[in-house]
Amino acid sequence: MAEHNLLEAVNLALKRAMAEDPRVLVLGEDVGVDGGVFRATDGLLQAYGGNRVFDTPLAETVIAGVAIGLAAQAFRPVAEIQFMGFIYPAIDQLVNHASRLRNRTRGRLSCPMVLRAPYGGGIHAPEHHSESTEAMLAHVPGLRVVIPSSPRRAYGLLLAAIRDPDPVVFLEPKRIYRTFKETLADDGEAWPLDQAEILRPGSDVTLIGWGAMIRECLTAAEQLAADGIEAEVVDVATLAPLDTETILESVQRTGRVVIVHEAAGNAGYGAEIAARIADQGLYDLEAPVRRVTGYDTVMPLPRLEHLYMPNVTRIIDAAQDCLAPA
Amino acid sequence: MSLVAEFTVDHTAYLDAEGKQVQPLPAALDDQGVLVELLKQMLLARCFDTKAIELQRTGQLGTYASCLGQEAVGVGVGHAMRTEDVLLPAFREHALQLARGVHMTELFLYWGGDERGSDFAVPRQDFPVSITVGGHAPHAAGVALAFKLRGEPRVAVCMFGDGATSKGDVYEAMNLAGVWQLPVVFVVSNNQWAISTPRAEQSAAATLAQKAIAAGFRGEQVDGNDVIAVAHVVGEAMAHARNGKGPRLVECLTYRLGDHTTVDDAARYRSDEEVSRAWHEEPLRRLRSFLTGSGAWGQETEDDWLQRCSDEVNQAVDDYLNLPARAPETLFDCLFETLPEGLVAQQQVVMTGGADDG
Ligand SMILES: Cc1ncc(C[n+]2csc(CCOP(=O)(O)OP(=O)(O)O)c2C)c(N)n1
Ligand SMILES: [Mg+2]
Repeated sequence: MAEHNLLEAVNLALKRAMAEDPRVLVLGEDVGVDGGVFRATDGLLQAYGGNRVFDTPLAETVIAGVAIGLAAQAFRPVAEIQFMGFIYPAIDQLVNHASRLRNRTRGRLSCPMVLRAPYGGGIHAPEHHSESTEAMLAHVPGLRVVIPSSPRRAYGLLLAAIRDPDPVVFLEPKRIYRTFKETLADDGEAWPLDQAEILRPGSDVTLIGWGAMIRECLTAAEQLAADGIEAEVVDVATLAPLDTETILESVQRTGRVVIVHEAAGNAGYGAEIAARIADQGLYDLEAPVRRVTGYDTVMPLPRLEHLYMPNVTRIIDAAQDCLAPA
Repeated sequence: MSLVAEFTVDHTAYLDAEGKQVQPLPAALDDQGVLVELLKQMLLARCFDTKAIELQRTGQLGTYASCLGQEAVGVGVGHAMRTEDVLLPAFREHALQLARGVHMTELFLYWGGDERGSDFAVPRQDFPVSITVGGHAPHAAGVALAFKLRGEPRVAVCMFGDGATSKGDVYEAMNLAGVWQLPVVFVVSNNQWAISTPRAEQSAAATLAQKAIAAGFRGEQVDGNDVIAVAHVVGEAMAHARNGKGPRLVECLTYRLGDHTTVDDAARYRSDEEVSRAWHEEPLRRLRSFLTGSGAWGQETEDDWLQRCSDEVNQAVDDYLNLPARAPETLFDCLFETLPEGLVAQQQVVMTGGADDG
């Protein structure tokens, strides 16, 4: 079995999906000849031709909107937004149409589309190239928001997203596009949507995260273990609809929670998770829920990025804070 | 200096405001039977519209956007379309939706505040109305791309107003349709107003049709109160698109005779004189007068037809008002194909009446 990084896993999943289903189309800016600015769509045009892979004009609203029209006509479009910082014109289409078409027509029309976008910081990119505004999307009823944390999950979750009968926003943590590899079978097997996953069991504290923050959480858990603290790491994977069950079960075991995300803390998705724990798991808690997030500032340009991004030290501090006797 | 490009925008009309023919009719529409049919459809649409406003005024319908004065656009486009084409309508295209076969009961249901009104029995692939102005234009490009990829001789027809032409999504859709030579026809119902904003404040362009030229395809104007002109020019645009020759845009010059919606008061921003002048141009009078002149229509025929319209509308109102209410749990059932587990508990709350304040 070959080893692949997350970017290659995305590419493999796209190829697999296109091979198994002629309704799958790929479109976006520079996704064809150039294979995408990160090369996520590399080789697709060559393999499947110009009737399956489309370089679009530079216009995010119509990229999302054309996908909606195609989806309503029973195609399975996978559209790419080059960077999450440029997704906002497409959000109009997601909020007002993709997420509602099924409900608006009582199921007569539906919208089986995927909108992929690289997201998140940590790669020293220009302004607008490091944002994590997943909470805006997770807030939208009728939309799935899926974020992989490893090559295998990227492969399996993207296949699941493409096969799903409803719209999925698939956010790819570009910081870990190439940082590590996993063995990957390319067997076409999907990973389940709507399911959080416990990546490391532990009984003292639960670290909850997604995307690139999972690496930070796992490293923090290792270091905490050296101090005799057993951290459980939960990868949320599908932010919306949220698998509250898995989170509550973990809280039952540990009684302590640290939620980690890159986005600003204010009204970030961690707030929703904390609220659900307060609603349904309050009596399992032995310490206040902690959030380790980006600050409520504008995402800085690269020179100050290291101050903004949650890191292992901040996660460990928060975990220890939970565990400190009151 | 050298001239690198030059463009023209045509304007087409066949009947003037008095119903006098200003040029020979196109062959396919030089047929009294066809024209009588178009007049009947316009009368039916107006009858529906009148009833819808009446229902709203008596608390039996929600906010409603009248199509009064714009019937020729809807009926003309409807005539140009084939059953298998797909319509992506703005919210004022009742005349066209009726021509497409959408049932009046469904339209009442939709404007009465019930999503079931967009689950058309026919035509199954037509889009529901877009309340977001212009937001559906990109979908039309997507639908047209689907036709093109499958090699189907079908056309997507996207309707929007003069206001919508100022929007980026509309231009993005036209631009992409031009680049990809998609089988889509964009039709502007230029009724001179976008709520209180007059056409002149919407764009400094001499015509809205010329916006298509920037996107690389032909745009032209028709007298949108002349159903013959609309049917013919849109028909030609559709044939062009159907033959794989790419998109077209037709700007139909018409006038919104009513308020923007039932919650608007147009007297706040336009004069009675302007509206009276526009009544003189309205689409039914001229076709009626043309067909009366040739003996194909008369008072008695009209009275008979109006009676039938009124019967049909009243039957639809009865059906609409007597439709059983939706079960509470259906609030959830079309959010996703399968309701996510986490939402089942919320659905239970609604089913047991926990959230009903009505
Ligand atoms: C994107 C968007 N902006 C604003 C509105 C509120 N609104 C509804 S109709 C309308 C005017 C539309 O004018 P036009 O496109 O000319 O269509 P008409 O109402 O004249 O048929 C506005 C501003 C809306 N529905 N959608
Ligand atoms: Mg208007």
